[in-house]
Amino acid sequence: MKGWRTFCIRRSNGAKTALLLLLAVLAAAALSLCLGAESIPPGEAAAALFSGGESAAARIMRYVRLPRACAGLLAGAALACAGVIVQLVLANPLAAPSTIGVNAGAGLAAAVCCAIFPWAVGLVPIAALLGAFGGAAAVLAIAERTGASRITLVLAGVAISGIFSAGVDAVVTFVPEALNGYSDFRIGGLSGVAMDELALPGALILVGILAALSLHNELDVLALGTEQAQSLGLPAKRLRLLALALAAVLAGAAVSFAGLLGFVGLVVPHIMRRFVGEESGPLLLCSALGGAAMLCLCDLLARLVFAPYELPVGILLSLLGGPFFIWLLLRQRRGRHG
Amino acid sequence: MVELKNLTAGYGARAVVRGVSLSFPAGKVTVLLGPNGCGKSTLLKAALGLIPIQGGEVLFDGKPLSALSPREVAQKAAYLAQSRSVPNITAQRMVLHGRFPYLSYPRRYRPEDYRITEQALAWAGAAGLAGRLMGELSGGQRQKVYLAMALAQDTATLFLDEPTTYLDVRHQLELLETARRLAEMGRAVVLVLHDLGAALRCADTAAVLSGGELCCAGTPEEVFCSGALDRVFGVSVKRIWTEDGWHYYARDRAGH
Repeated sequence: MKGWRTFCIRRSNGAKTALLLLLAVLAAAALSLCLGAESIPPGEAAAALFSGGESAAARIMRYVRLPRACAGLLAGAALACAGVIVQLVLANPLAAPSTIGVNAGAGLAAAVCCAIFPWAVGLVPIAALLGAFGGAAAVLAIAERTGASRITLVLAGVAISGIFSAGVDAVVTFVPEALNGYSDFRIGGLSGVAMDELALPGALILVGILAALSLHNELDVLALGTEQAQSLGLPAKRLRLLALALAAVLAGAAVSFAGLLGFVGLVVPHIMRRFVGEESGPLLLCSALGGAAMLCLCDLLARLVFAPYELPVGILLSLLGGPFFIWLLLRQRRGRHG
Repeated sequence: MVELKNLTAGYGARAVVRGVSLSFPAGKVTVLLGPNGCGKSTLLKAALGLIPIQGGEVLFDGKPLSALSPREVAQKAAYLAQSRSVPNITAQRMVLHGRFPYLSYPRRYRPEDYRITEQALAWAGAAGLAGRLMGELSGGQRQKVYLAMALAQDTATLFLDEPTTYLDVRHQLELLETARRLAEMGRAVVLVLHDLGAALRCADTAAVLSGGELCCAGTPEEVFCSGALDRVFGVSVKRIWTEDGWHYYARDRAGH
């Protein structure tokens, strides 16, 4: 197994893997545009996309398929990148964006929003975005006061998540109707995403990924351990908080329109590490591409398997991601952590 | 040259190192000796500004540490930490990060950095490891890569905390030889070592710490004659003359 792993890292360097993944992303996007309840042949799909028109196909394309494909690609890339950053900064293979309070904050904000403004479904994404930032800010602020060590960050995340999910339970208990909107958000899914809803989170995600890529040397040095990093002139504590804030922006933006999707941020970085190793530059790039392709394909699958009914993609991700994660744990116990 | 003046430092409110005055001159190997927990590592960290200084000061070429940015310190002194994490990246990439303090816009390593990396790997006896992944190297090989990283930093002072752990006897001797050569090239080399015999043979200056305070500093001859080692370690240190100089060894007090 170990031989196979190093073989993979050696043979396919970052550039080659990235190129393959880019092709996968394009294929996933194309499939996701063409296939669905109504299949649209590629030629017609391209024509509908580029020349507009008001035919049924063109309208499906513009208002349903294209936003949905974009949402899948953006959310997948953002969550996977956020996962890489969080795992690297916390030096914890089991960490994910939810570890730093992003999901808890977004969840509470969405629940409160559903309870107070049940008629304003459009407000949920904005509330979730703010909530995600709030949750992460709370975790980072607590950790900052206590020296920003890796373990206080994880513990602060656990504490904040506990408090926030108690908050969600309280809201749902007092306003049971809130559950209608909230449960969709909690499961996570991409149905009904509109293009204008994607503008702000999309911009945040693209800028966030570029920022993370430009910090790849800093992230690598940080992975050498706090003292070694500081002795190389890197302000380790500040960079750790900055990197986690970046992860929170990425994950928060994704969660705002896609709901609380699990496992992408956890699993994709682990898969990519097999192929490109732990160097942050290639790892971030390949994880972004891999996450985008994976979420887009899972969403397609979720739409097709029970057509004309749709399975929220969050359920499918958990069903596929859960077993993978258990396999990962079992392997790790037998391996070097044993 | 790095000077410690009446330095007091520690973690939180607790002072681990108290009132130490010591200098690490260029061209000399200084070895820190002392029982476990006496503050050797803390002293190195405080000298590098990795932990807050509670009293006294650290001077880099006469300039106080507080006036230097972490980046400037990193260009003056390299540090090999006692605990080392092992990210699964190639040895070359690892050593390249020794050039991190010199990284400027655009944020990429320059050809010059790659050249220095190659030299550092050769110096540390790790030239053949460049393309290997850290995860698949042995403890001793990783150690050499870490040493190469410190060398790639190209600093006037090197602080190496227990650089001989994980190394077999031949590589231990090689490492001490490298330390001597670095000193002859004009660097200030500071080592924390546990092997008394090797330490006293390699050092220009030996400094003995006990309970966070400096008990004795001087040439190995002076330190041996002062009896500080016997007191601090609770052993009886002896020496024997051979054709290549004094060899030091320790026996327990009962004489077994």
